[in-house]
Amino acid sequence: MSAAYEVVIGLEVHVELKTATKLFCGCANAFGQEPNTETCPVCLGMPGVLPVLNGEAVSLAARAALALHCEIHSYSKFDRKQYFYPDLPKAYQISQYDQPLAENGYVEIGFGEGKRKIGIERIHLEEDAGKLNHIGNRLGDATGSLVDLNRAGVPLIEIVSRPQMHSPEEARQYLTELKTILSYLDISDLRMEEGSMRCDANISLKPSDYTGSLFDLPRVEIKNVNSFRNVQRGIEYEIGRQKERLAQGLAIVRETRGFDDASGTTYSQRSKEEANDYRYFPEPDLPPLVLSEEWLAKQQHMMPELPDSLRAGLLQRGVAERDVQVLVQDPDLYRYWQQAVAEFSDVRQVTNWILSDYSRLMNAHSLSFAAPTVTAKALASLLRLIESGTLSGKMAKEVLEAMFESGETPQAVVKRLGLIQITDQDAIRDIVSSVVMANPAVVKDFLGGKDKALAFLVGQVMKQTKGQAKPDLVNDLLREVIATYA
Amino acid sequence: MSLTNKEVQHVARLARLAILPPEIAEATGTLGRVLDYINLLNELDTEHVLPTTHVVPLLTTWREDRVEPSLPPQVAVQNGPEVLSQMFVVPKILDGGAG
Ligand SMILES: [Zn+2]
Repeated sequence: MSAAYEVVIGLEVHVELKTATKLFCGCANAFGQEPNTETCPVCLGMPGVLPVLNGEAVSLAARAALALHCEIHSYSKFDRKQYFYPDLPKAYQISQYDQPLAENGYVEIGFGEGKRKIGIERIHLEEDAGKLNHIGNRLGDATGSLVDLNRAGVPLIEIVSRPQMHSPEEARQYLTELKTILSYLDISDLRMEEGSMRCDANISLKPSDYTGSLFDLPRVEIKNVNSFRNVQRGIEYEIGRQKERLAQGLAIVRETRGFDDASGTTYSQRSKEEANDYRYFPEPDLPPLVLSEEWLAKQQHMMPELPDSLRAGLLQRGVAERDVQVLVQDPDLYRYWQQAVAEFSDVRQVTNWILSDYSRLMNAHSLSFAAPTVTAKALASLLRLIESGTLSGKMAKEVLEAMFESGETPQAVVKRLGLIQITDQDAIRDIVSSVVMANPAVVKDFLGGKDKALAFLVGQVMKQTKGQAKPDLVNDLLREVIATYA
Repeated sequence: MSLTNKEVQHVARLARLAILPPEIAEATGTLGRVLDYINLLNELDTEHVLPTTHVVPLLTTWREDRVEPSLPPQVAVQNGPEVLSQMFVVPKILDGGAG
């Protein structure tokens, strides 16, 4: 039996906000500190303390909401989500339940004709929990856990998509675009490996003849996957697992599953019915969050140019669509490109050099464009040396590598390596003549119509000039000299 | 409206309260009476009263994003029944996580 199913995927993304302090207390929001050095009575959950909202966190959350085309509510409130877990000192998390900060946005994925909107249901503000370090290798066989509350109370936004993705690939595209948009806002470190961006995926299979609500379909949630690649893998595995169960006539249990990186499989953690009763109620210690028109206008004013608009601008400047995608995906790379183009206006040349040779060097050394080893200015002056004919493209690649390693200017490298392209016609003509004289058979082939023969002669000249002759000049001179011999 | 024994057991489990079987019926009765009392509010005419989640008409107050000193870590963990490497020690967790 192979019934037809439509894959339905919804994603919940948690993003830690890059504020100086926590959401409800003045403790520093800093990653990688010694355990329990960033705590106070508020984030330790001591009795009798009162939370006070961090205005900057609201501002960063609002910027995310604007960038994701959400409607920001002028009135929202905080609620207590109650559950017991050792990383949650108050035994409740302050979150937003039925009146979140923002709703009804979207992220656009794909390009050109294939562009598609994935809806965003809501964005809300909440506090992060602490961190558990398990004694022993993994949760399963740990003998106990150590609780570090430095992260407890760090501001988070949760971005909940609508269940509108239909393949692991679409989920990956959504995450990539979401991350790109957020990275231009500069509101979070967005490091999945450090947990400043986390993703849970909800997956269900909808029978083709199903007409009920998506909400009623048995849904499996994969929790806290640590990379986009693994989100994709986890979803792929889960689709296969569910299809197999259905094919065997077994039911899909609504549950939470973990993802095991090594085997690429998911495993059951707990059934959802049991744990999902959070008994939310309004947080009595915090007044409602009321945002004025003026405040919202101010946030709007602080918005940077976003990827969509940047892409349109690049296309207009003649950058190829494929290159546009790569350039915009990384704000540091884009900024580098902008600086280089400001120095050297041949957009195509700049784009090619940055995306091919220079990116290859950077990737090979796992370096980021946040701290480029070759400045945009230095790259531009290298391109000027090609333009003026001082360097051939091939020589320039060699120079770029040397610049990358030593941090020298292109001029300094050229001087050190003696890499000046020979543009002196007379000097090259002598070499050309001697090559023509030494290879009468090849010259005859060329005259007989074999164009390839000329390439051989060019090669001989380049060899004698150690690659420093300008190739098109060699070409012209060869034809000229051969013509006089013929 | 009346509370059932099953609901009491459910809420007790969520709140990690160990209620003995003989206590369940008693809790169902007393808790049920509290809820019934609250239900008296339904008799009031609230048609012209705006829904509210807070009794104090206090609107948004927020603080500046400025770091204040945290507690020294040894003070932060001093109430922990067991502490190791400046962290609270908790027993083995059977459940797979929450939140
Ligand atoms: Zn604190």
